[in-house]
Amino acid sequence: MNWDQLEKKLIAAARKHPPRDDVPYAFEQRVMAHLRSPRRSDDLAWWGRGLWLGAGACTAIALLTSVWSFTPEDDAGSTASFSHGVEQTLFASADDSENAW
Amino acid sequence: MERTDAELIAEVLRGDVASFEPLVARHSPRVFATVRRHSRRESEVEDIVQEIWSKAFQKLPGFRGEAPFEHWLMRMAVRTCYDFLREHQRNREANFTDLSQPEEEWLEHFVASPDNASEDTEAARALVDRLLEQLSPASRMVITLLEIEDRSVKEIAELTGWSVPLVKVRAFRARAEMRKCLQRMARDKYL
Repeated sequence: MNWDQLEKKLIAAARKHPPRDDVPYAFEQRVMAHLRSPRRSDDLAWWGRGLWLGAGACTAIALLTSVWSFTPEDDAGSTASFSHGVEQTLFASADDSENAW
Repeated sequence: MERTDAELIAEVLRGDVASFEPLVARHSPRVFATVRRHSRRESEVEDIVQEIWSKAFQKLPGFRGEAPFEHWLMRMAVRTCYDFLREHQRNREANFTDLSQPEEEWLEHFVASPDNASEDTEAARALVDRLLEQLSPASRMVITLLEIEDRSVKEIAELTGWSVPLVKVRAFRARAEMRKCLQRMARDKYL
């Protein structure tokens, strides 16, 4: 088949049939009514978009927190030493008073 | 006396929304023709044109008046059509197997006698529509502007907002895609 010729024929067919330019009755009034109508749907769209953004941010934070909580700590003894430190600090005065007696 | 586009635009920008209506009435035929050229079906046309006018109204403060209003509007129309084509991409792998009887007859006539197949028939036009529907949005846009409307690469770049090299690349790809579609059509029917 002669592809070039087929292409040319079909393109020529499209050129010979230009699109219609008729406008529906009172179309300009429809456009004006649309422009003058209150943008309630737009407000809702903004609100919805904000909610989706908030939901996305919350999900991201939840995921990060989960990952962080399941990550094994490199310095496993740090928690123990921290609690030990707190204990020592809290009971330091008691220990001192025992020694004083 | 009829007010010019520039006068109407100035009044709209001063807050007289009603002055936008004559602009819509004056330029809608051209907008409708452009949208009909690029859209897939008539049922979409009114919605696309309404969207174009909404955008035009919203972006009117950005119209600097360096080029005629109609050119500015046509750029908006073409870009809105392209966005619409991209948003409503349907399954383009369809329909060559269900050509209508006149379309099949036209193709058979072309295969038998390429020189005598008339392009001035409804069947040929329907085949072009079917072919365009198979193309990607970018290819369809380029083929329509470059081949059917016979515009230059520079004009297409201005209308679409693409760079000149990008238009050339897309034109090259579009021609290849169109050839592939034609071959598929022929393979389905004649091989």
